[in-house]
Amino acid sequence: MDMNQYLEMFIEESKEHLQAINDHLLELEQAPQSLDIVNVVFRSAHTLKGMAATMGYENMAHLTHEMENGLDLMRNGKLEVTGDVMDVLFRCVDNLEGQLTAIIESGSDAGVDFQPQVEQLKLLVAGKPLTAAGNGSAQTENVATAEAAGASVGGLDFNEYEATILQQSHQNGFSVYKITIRLTENCLLRAARAYMVYDAYERVGEIIKSEPHVEDLEQEKFDKEFVIVLVSQKEADTLRTIGLGVSEVGEVEVVAVETTSVASAEVAAAAAPAVTVAPEAKNEPQPDKAAAPKQATKAPAQQEGKKMQLGKSVRVDIERLDVLMNLFSELVIDRTRLEQIARDLGNPDLVETVEHMTRVSTDLQNLVMTIRMVPVETVFNRFPRMVRDLARDLNKKIDFVIRGQETELDRTVIDEIGDPLVHLLRNSLDHGLESPDMRKQRGKSEVGRVELVALNSGNHVFIEITDDGNGIDRDKVLKKAMDNGIVDAFAADNMTDAQVFDLLFHSGFSTADKISDVSGRGVGLDVVKTKIESLGGRVVVQSTLGEGTKFSIQLPLTLSILPAMLVQVAEEKYAIPLSSIIETAIIRKEDIKKVHKQAVIDFRGRVVPLLYLEDVFSIPREEKQDLEEENVVIVRKGDKMAAMVVDSFIGQQEVVLKSLGKYLTGGVVAISGATILGDGQVALIMDCNALIQ
Amino acid sequence: MLEHKDMVEEIKVIVFRLVDEEYGVEVNQVRSIEKMQSITRVPRTPEFVKGVINLRGVVTPIIELKTRFNLGEEAYTDATRIIIVAVDDMEVGLIVDAANDVIDIPVNSIEQPPAVIGGIKATYLRGVAKLQDRLLIMLNLDKVLSSEEIHAMSAMER
Repeated sequence: MDMNQYLEMFIEESKEHLQAINDHLLELEQAPQSLDIVNVVFRSAHTLKGMAATMGYENMAHLTHEMENGLDLMRNGKLEVTGDVMDVLFRCVDNLEGQLTAIIESGSDAGVDFQPQVEQLKLLVAGKPLTAAGNGSAQTENVATAEAAGASVGGLDFNEYEATILQQSHQNGFSVYKITIRLTENCLLRAARAYMVYDAYERVGEIIKSEPHVEDLEQEKFDKEFVIVLVSQKEADTLRTIGLGVSEVGEVEVVAVETTSVASAEVAAAAAPAVTVAPEAKNEPQPDKAAAPKQATKAPAQQEGKKMQLGKSVRVDIERLDVLMNLFSELVIDRTRLEQIARDLGNPDLVETVEHMTRVSTDLQNLVMTIRMVPVETVFNRFPRMVRDLARDLNKKIDFVIRGQETELDRTVIDEIGDPLVHLLRNSLDHGLESPDMRKQRGKSEVGRVELVALNSGNHVFIEITDDGNGIDRDKVLKKAMDNGIVDAFAADNMTDAQVFDLLFHSGFSTADKISDVSGRGVGLDVVKTKIESLGGRVVVQSTLGEGTKFSIQLPLTLSILPAMLVQVAEEKYAIPLSSIIETAIIRKEDIKKVHKQAVIDFRGRVVPLLYLEDVFSIPREEKQDLEEENVVIVRKGDKMAAMVVDSFIGQQEVVLKSLGKYLTGGVVAISGATILGDGQVALIMDCNALIQ
Repeated sequence: MLEHKDMVEEIKVIVFRLVDEEYGVEVNQVRSIEKMQSITRVPRTPEFVKGVINLRGVVTPIIELKTRFNLGEEAYTDATRIIIVAVDDMEVGLIVDAANDVIDIPVNSIEQPPAVIGGIKATYLRGVAKLQDRLLIMLNLDKVLSSEEIHAMSAMER
């Protein structure tokens, strides 16, 4: 069968499940006793196994299967949650992610070696100490005993769980019987009879096993005979009578099962790992009579009740949303025309209808915009794991807090913001936070705190990364900057703290004395800054020496709609993004000076080059105009500024950013895109960054 | 005769006019034919790029084919049309003097083009279709719309 049509869905869902496993493992690490979390992880792993097997990715199915084995022991309380166990599980998740990447890239998971993980899982499951990990707790040994106890008793195979119950029942004075029930030849409703027999025995004890399985019994998937294993205090004869009490039961054979043989099988098998054998029941408080079997029946019910509530949603291709957006802007243009026509005609009914349409379409516009918004959670949720691993690598203790992950950003921004955040987080962890010893000496808590906060403010989203580490040493930064020739001594004396910290974003700058794997190669912060500015955002640093550092990133809510100033030159209209405009001004002709043949103006004490948009874009004009005053827009790129001469300002409005079309993309200088104005005309959006060198 | 005709593979072609020659593009490469409308000039692009239009919400680049092929000055009339073509999901509008015919032509009537036809380099042509009373110059849109060329040309402008 061709699975390709499901591949995309498989990849998406696998990613989600892996993320869920990752998240919950992190939770589990914080709360090792919580079996609920283990259950959630188990379910995710199980789903993943099923999906992988269906799609034919054997390796992935194999590894998830082994994980399941380990998790199964954990949720049955037979495998303690230790750091080493968690490490193994995390490595498995990494490996699965690797396999998924391989599937995305090459369509096969065959190239990824997963054997080391499988080996380690097997060691865990078998209760053997991990290689060089020395994990010899009594608990894991118990696992070994229980696992090994999966021996056959009385011709029936018991798994370790059933074996444990048998053993405990025996110690509590219960007897174990193997009951063979044979229905009469002419029995018609075998399933119903089997149920009645089952029911009758449930009243006098606990049925821990049936052969065939109870589901098969219900579906009548057996011949005339079935076997159950019952734990009861009743005598064999009584049990026989109960069985025969059900009509159409021909024969009942009751055999007492020697539970000692279970124990002996256990001893023999447990001797193999060469650890001291301690029968499990002795380690646990003696359960109440028949408590263990009852727990077994309750557990699944609990699981059901705690299933995660997932929101109802549909997946939509982002391109479809773009199309929706386009169609919608068409509608807006027509709406504007309709409004005009309605006004001209003056028909009250028409005016009313058009007004209503306007209101509806405004709502629709808001809705379309919000559909493109994605919570930053989708980016943030991979950080806890990264921070954990990094903290382990760096031998630092870190309390990582995320807040505001529900804050929403446009999908296009979300896709781009991940890498800069990774850089900044690594930077905080590596350079910001001191080692635990150092922190102690300074009277701080050993555990460093890193906060990642997202918040909404007006048309912007702020993302802040705060650490309570060492802070930035102003003098050190300045010295480094002078060594690297970024600033001279004279300028250095007059710089504000903000200006000094801004040097960190200069390319080829790194204050780390020691170059580490994590960061410190001097390529990082400048990349971060470039990236964020390309998204129309800004990044600033605040820091107090000895107390910590805060990186604040300011991002526009969306890239597809941006506030812009519309200007006119001759017959052409251009949109300049407000984010790059400092202000608009009117200058007199005599204020224009020349420096090296370049026209400049004095703008608030700074010499700013003057550019005529007419010349920059070679805009045709019927007759030259010679004005006493010029309208200028002061634009900026970082610290640099330029003044652009235009004919007039049309006004400020929100414009929808559209590409110029594939044919022209990349071929046009100083134009970042186009937008469609209310009258249906196309106006170009200027890219001021490209104009200012 | 009838049998013979059935066996010959035919393609549907949109016929348009540049100055006084007839050209053809395969109909499956054509998205729509639009009337002439106002075009927003895009600065710092090669001369033959007339600019962009708003085509039902999509900003679409427009090329003046005559300038592209050095066939003389533009002169827009009521017959002037913009043919929207798509090559590799790249949509571009071509300004032509007229577009008013859709015909079927047998594939075997298309012959290799001579090295130069009326100033158009042979690389831009797929061939010449000889029909009973007319000649159709078949365009190779992949080459005409090669974006490497526009990038190279706009690099020169800089």
